Amino acid sequence: MAKATFKVWRSDGDAGGYRDYGVDTVPGMVVLDAIHQIQATQAPDLAVRWNCKAGKCGSCSAEINGSPKLMCMTRLNSLPMDEPVTVEPMRAFPLVKDLVTDVSWNFRVKKTIAPFVARRADAPDGTWRVQQKDIDRVQEFRKCIECYLCQDVCHILRDHTMHDEFIGPRFLTYVAALEMNPIDAGDRVAALKDQHGIGLCNITRCCTKVCPEHITITENAIIPLKERVVDQFYDPVTKLLRIFRS
Amino acid sequence: MDYETHEYDVLVIGAGGAGLRAAIEASAAGVRVGLLCKSLLGKAHTVMAEGGVAAALANVDDRDSWKVHFADTMRGGQNVNNWRMAELHAREAPDRVRELEAWGAVFDRTPDGRILQRNFGGHRYPRLAHVGDRTGLELIRTLQDQGVHRGIDVHMEFTVVALLTSDGRAAGAVGYERERGRFKVFRAAAVVIATGGAGRAYKITSNSWEGTGDGHSLAYHAGAELMDMEFIQFHPTGMIWPPSVQGILVTEGVRGEGGILLNSEGRRFMFDSIPEPYRNQTADNEDEGWRYTQGDKNARRPPELLTRDHVARCIMREVKAGRGSPRGGVFLDISWIKKRLPKAEEIIRRKLPSMYHQFKQLADIDITKEPMEVGPTTHYIMGGVRVDGDTQMSTVPGLFAAGECAAGINGANRLGGNSLSDLLVFGKRAGEYAAQFARENPTAPLDQAQVRAGAEDAVKPFGNTGPENPYAVQAALQETMQSLVGIVRTESEMQEALAELTRLTARASVAAVTGHREYNPGWHTAIDLRHLLTVSEAIARSAIERKESRGGHFREDYPDRMPEFATFNIVTRKATDGSMELRRVPIPEMPPELKRIIEEQK
Repeated sequence: MAKATFKVWRSDGDAGGYRDYGVDTVPGMVVLDAIHQIQATQAPDLAVRWNCKAGKCGSCSAEINGSPKLMCMTRLNSLPMDEPVTVEPMRAFPLVKDLVTDVSWNFRVKKTIAPFVARRADAPDGTWRVQQKDIDRVQEFRKCIECYLCQDVCHILRDHTMHDEFIGPRFLTYVAALEMNPIDAGDRVAALKDQHGIGLCNITRCCTKVCPEHITITENAIIPLKERVVDQFYDPVTKLLRIFRS
Repeated sequence: MDYETHEYDVLVIGAGGAGLRAAIEASAAGVRVGLLCKSLLGKAHTVMAEGGVAAALANVDDRDSWKVHFADTMRGGQNVNNWRMAELHAREAPDRVRELEAWGAVFDRTPDGRILQRNFGGHRYPRLAHVGDRTGLELIRTLQDQGVHRGIDVHMEFTVVALLTSDGRAAGAVGYERERGRFKVFRAAAVVIATGGAGRAYKITSNSWEGTGDGHSLAYHAGAELMDMEFIQFHPTGMIWPPSVQGILVTEGVRGEGGILLNSEGRRFMFDSIPEPYRNQTADNEDEGWRYTQGDKNARRPPELLTRDHVARCIMREVKAGRGSPRGGVFLDISWIKKRLPKAEEIIRRKLPSMYHQFKQLADIDITKEPMEVGPTTHYIMGGVRVDGDTQMSTVPGLFAAGECAAGINGANRLGGNSLSDLLVFGKRAGEYAAQFARENPTAPLDQAQVRAGAEDAVKPFGNTGPENPYAVQAALQETMQSLVGIVRTESEMQEALAELTRLTARASVAAVTGHREYNPGWHTAIDLRHLLTVSEAIARSAIERKESRGGHFREDYPDRMPEFATFNIVTRKATDGSMELRRVPIPEMPPELKRIIEEQK
């Protein structure tokens, strides 16, 4: 059994800093196991969010050696264990305590997005007929586990703190899943431009790189939505038509 | 003690599938609804459901109907189910699934564009509507998104410490919010418990930290009855290596898509013993089993798709006989299908994406190329709050229960896929009848003494100074239940477990918590422990009382199923002196039309 050192962010009120903990490692161990071991043996009040421990619920997001990751899916053998492992909370959200952040902004943003509305059913029994190939992309977006790691790395949110103007990659993906759903009858293109701030995204792909579900957020969700906004509002022909009409 | 008070008509405790569905239905009925989640909204254990939701839509096989589903559920539950619930469940599940689609769920499709259904253990026809192997996530996200636009008040990261009652009727709940550790009181005319399971009573479990039987225990202490607590489902296929992932679920969908179980000799041991009630429906050769998984309507299902209780016991048998895998399980192989199918690797990755990912990332195993090592893991509790089949109301007026924390639908063993349909069907019913109850009955008066007692009891661990640590007590409890009240049970071991539980209760009462009340997991563990102790005692006592083997309950000292034990359920209640009281409650006579269905489907 090898020994490892974990530098874990601890906070109390506004004061905070790293504290070192020794951990006994076993084969196959993930970072969340180390945090649990620290809790059970050294720091029972160490605050951490987790649920499924299988990469399916998106609760245990943190920054491990500076990279945004799920603690439950980060194997110790993927990290350089001869140096201390740094574990700190997501930095784009206000800190609650230790590794726990206040992610309530995300829940408020979701409420501002126009909900799913079903179009008229295709069959007399009230059901729809949809081909698998037409929903493959929507299903890719719906794999999202709402870990908010993409929000954490998005520089519009993290560095420029434009939370009031920009909904972030998670919710652009959410809008994409609605807009591309063949059963949905809603239209969110104007809102994307005016309220959701899609124009602020300058496709640096940071979100796509950290997605633990490997959703190609930038290429499959954001860029096609940007194209829809352009087609509807910036296409020269439609623009001319609009001027004539008004 | 300072606390905030909130008032609702219907208070729903738990925000997994059942709680969300109940909240949506109550809200649709026009009453004020409060929803309490132990974690953040959308993180409940429902996200872990993989294989699908069982509903006789008959999209893939038109011979399916609610009657077949009803009979399958009763057969799987070995006839001690609440037959009324099994009937309602089978009848209503298709509408509940179609409704999800109308709310935005995106299910996998058949070639003609309808909702696709897959094979699963104990289901005669392909019946599970699914989204790859992440059906639970799809379901909870759909319900969550539907719920937030309906004006339901959601209180996240909130733990209930006690239910409030007034003259034997539900009056609300008291608990604390995790972030600041402050107490809040919720007054409500009706309360729905939808708190899920209690897998954390065991060391090897697929359940998250939340599965500590809170609702079972809260209801019990508020005077409600629990039923069938001896029936625990040990899912046959959990991961066993590496140690850190022990217990994590490997979906039955792997076997539904053609995966086979092998022992160390490479033998498909599931062919060795096929229970009599399933003989007519089970393939007797490998080729027929394969054809079934590929949709051949004339083929019978492979023995890997027998019910979970049976498969789990067969795996234990192989391990005990020295034919297990190197790490104490057996092999589950889906990669072998490349012998039968072109592009098998691609098919496996498409049909079982999260299994592929899980094994690749956590165990360095490529399931398209090599077998997995698997073994039983504590997965689900069939037992729970005893409820009325139609309304889901417990024996305490105004207190309802739905989903895993309610008993009845599953009997002695749950079929895979029946939990997602259970929580939709009975979540809806609980919400509907709770709203009705709230309209007909004013909110009961608030008993300040109960609030004070609940809150004071909750903060007691901060006053303890001893060396006892709640994490250590929880670990000892899990060890006890795992080794003494596990898959194979005997009277002497369970008596030993009861004695140990008494010692653990004493240790838990002096376990000390350090730090303050803000987001303090040590404190939360201390509170969860009390629920776990209550539930564990109910499991052990009920298991001692059932002197036979049936479904998820296997007694080495009574290995046979006894017909006289099919006539009653074991019910647990808190006696006036505070002790746990058990009685045998006869199962009501099944109406002739349901009996006829069972006969027809034999």
